[in-house]
Amino acid sequence: MMFPRLVYESFRHQPRRKLLAGIAITLGVAVATAMIAVATDIGDKINRELRSYGANLVVTPQEDTLDVEVGGVNLKPPSDGAFLNEVDLPKIRGTFWHNNIVGFSPMLPATVKIAGEAQDVTLFGTYFNKALRFGKEDFSTGVRITHPWWRVQGSCGDGRLARSGRVEDLPDACGWPHDDSQDILVGERLAAKLGKKPGDMLDVSGRQLAISGILSTGGAEDDQIVAPLALAQQLLGKPGAVRRVYVSALTKPPDALSVRDPKTMTPEVYDRWYCSPYVESIAYQLQEVIPHSHAEQIRQVAQNEGTVLARIKGLMLLITFAALFASALAVSAAMATAIYERRVEVGLMKALGAGNLAVSSIFFAEALLLALVGGIAGFSAGALLARQIGRSIFSSQISIEPVLFPVILAIAVFVTFAGSAAAIRRAVKFDPVFALRGEG
Amino acid sequence: MITASEMLLSSKQVADRRAPGPHVSMFARMLLRAAVLRRRRAASALLAMIVAAAVATAMMNLYVDVQAKLRSEFRNYGANVVIVAKDGQTLPTDALTKVESVLGAKTLAVPFSYAVARSKDGQSVVVVGTDFARARQLNHWWKVNHWPEAPDDALVGMRAATVVSNKRQPFELSFQGKTIQLTPAGMLQTGAGEDSRIYLDQSEFRQWTGVAPSTIEIAANGTTAEVDASIRQLAQLLPAADVRPVRQIMEGEANVLTKTRATLYASATLVILTSALCVLATLMGWVFDRRRDFAIMKALGASERLVNGFFAAEAAALGVIGAIFGFFIGIGVAAWIGRVNFHAPVVPRFSVFPYVLAGSITVALISAILPIVLLRRVQPAIILRGE
Repeated sequence: MMFPRLVYESFRHQPRRKLLAGIAITLGVAVATAMIAVATDIGDKINRELRSYGANLVVTPQEDTLDVEVGGVNLKPPSDGAFLNEVDLPKIRGTFWHNNIVGFSPMLPATVKIAGEAQDVTLFGTYFNKALRFGKEDFSTGVRITHPWWRVQGSCGDGRLARSGRVEDLPDACGWPHDDSQDILVGERLAAKLGKKPGDMLDVSGRQLAISGILSTGGAEDDQIVAPLALAQQLLGKPGAVRRVYVSALTKPPDALSVRDPKTMTPEVYDRWYCSPYVESIAYQLQEVIPHSHAEQIRQVAQNEGTVLARIKGLMLLITFAALFASALAVSAAMATAIYERRVEVGLMKALGAGNLAVSSIFFAEALLLALVGGIAGFSAGALLARQIGRSIFSSQISIEPVLFPVILAIAVFVTFAGSAAAIRRAVKFDPVFALRGEG
Repeated sequence: MITASEMLLSSKQVADRRAPGPHVSMFARMLLRAAVLRRRRAASALLAMIVAAAVATAMMNLYVDVQAKLRSEFRNYGANVVIVAKDGQTLPTDALTKVESVLGAKTLAVPFSYAVARSKDGQSVVVVGTDFARARQLNHWWKVNHWPEAPDDALVGMRAATVVSNKRQPFELSFQGKTIQLTPAGMLQTGAGEDSRIYLDQSEFRQWTGVAPSTIEIAANGTTAEVDASIRQLAQLLPAADVRPVRQIMEGEANVLTKTRATLYASATLVILTSALCVLATLMGWVFDRRRDFAIMKALGASERLVNGFFAAEAAALGVIGAIFGFFIGIGVAAWIGRVNFHAPVVPRFSVFPYVLAGSITVALISAILPIVLLRRVQPAIILRGE
């Protein structure tokens, strides 16, 4: 019964030293946990942020005619060519990777005449934030999710002007038309040309439509009108028609497997390809659920995501190694110092006849105890820290895999042992006579 | 450090050397002897200092440089500024040279001119004249199987190909009565509007249609503020054109960059704090361990100020040496990370050095002074008795 008592008394009589070593272990483990959690989650988080570049897939009718478009002005008769069917769209939620699909928005261009204007104007029908249903699941989607850089200036109910557009401030967004309404958005350059402001009426092909907001995108839409899809279908006389659908999906960066042709794959490879969220396989699945469609990646967005993601992930990985290294050193340094201070004790124990093994095992038992306590405290602190980082930077949770806990604990024990080993060896080897005389 | 040659000095020389300033030389001697006698402990303290300084240097260097590296990575998304001629006009002929004179030759600026031509069977198709060499650099995501080389070579969009030249046969296009014979040298796939177009070399296009460029796409480097400044400058220079930022690209980039920077900042802070903790633990142990020296000095009548000064000077020296070595190692680490991750070395930033130096000295002083404050209350006799 001597052994547990020795360990216990050591903790009871030297709380300061134990506390210092314990704090070092706790902080080291906390930093390591937080960094590992952030590094494992950063890919997912940045992938979501990359969605602010907009849709990375586009679905068009299989037998589509050429777009004849210069500078945002469509020169093709809009009723020309094939269309997709609007009722097929909610099926996008039924694809294998539906959880990776952040949103989609249909587009239907129509050419309209504006009273008093010589030039025809392109009007786009789309979803703003339309409530849809697939099976038992309700969801909403539209340009406010897939085109986050669109800004709308409109009047709120109380007459004040507000700028908004980000998905985060959906409830208080003013100026966005309702999807079931007959209200429209007018691009800012077109509005300036027409001298219109939010709340005004606009004569579009003989209909009086209310302008709910002025749209600014920095692209071709600034010269166009954007309307709810149903309105565009009425204007075009094509109920249920959609020209193309933009899909924004979270994808896995391309690799050797992703670029292979699914037709040439063996069944096992095909399964693996189908069940990976590559942009190619998501395109393939979209084609499956939407009849007579052709889905293609928008290479400008899709192809660049991978490199940016790889760079940021690689960077975080290297920094995590630096963090692990620094924490391991801090823990080792604290343990070495704690043990070095106790040479007199070692001398006494040895003078009383304790062997090297007995002395070392006391130290290792103490180190184990410290590592476990510090590891548990550090893991909890690190989890909190990671959560805080996730909330303040990405405004979403960084969750810690429970499987990480035993791993972190094992690492904590290993590092503590490794850090103590050299110091214990030196303490044990030290001549008890010198130690007891207080020299050294 | 005391070397063998120093030990061979005659006693007279030693006396001479000591004579002018006994205090200074004694002080230096004590510092050196302390380091030499406890080589191991001193070395481990110095090592901790060096590692901490190196980690801090690498983190600060990366934090500054990675943003520039990521920005250039983001330029792969293509143009972030476009210049468009107002309402159906074309840009002045010297527009491109003007743009390059403002932004410098390193900035990519690609001219585009558009025309709607008809194929043999009367289908309308958009034909674009551009500079292939520049377009290739700007639009990395264009999937092209073969870039055109000869003047009558055309780059044909995937969907345009099905209309004008199904079997990759030479084809004819007409524009306002003038026809041109073209060879489809390569196929272009982007998944966007480009797929419906046919791209030609600029001079060939000009000869055929007589249409001058109406759009210049620019990949402007730099921070948001720098790009905004370039836009204002360009707008002043080309009053006949619209100069606008491509918001999709600019906002996406700003968004990802802000988040990455914040994460990097948090991580760097954590890592630097941890390494400071490492130094604190090591140095405090080292100083605490020397309580006998401290007690002897006090017992021999050293003033509080001298004792404090001695330990502070020791810590400061450690901090300075650690910071210098650590700085260079840290620069090396940062360069290595840059090479591994971005395939371009991180430029060493010597402006970081004062911060590393000040930080190292501060941490060293704190780790030295804390144990001294604890020891001050203890009678030297008790320490010397070994209790």
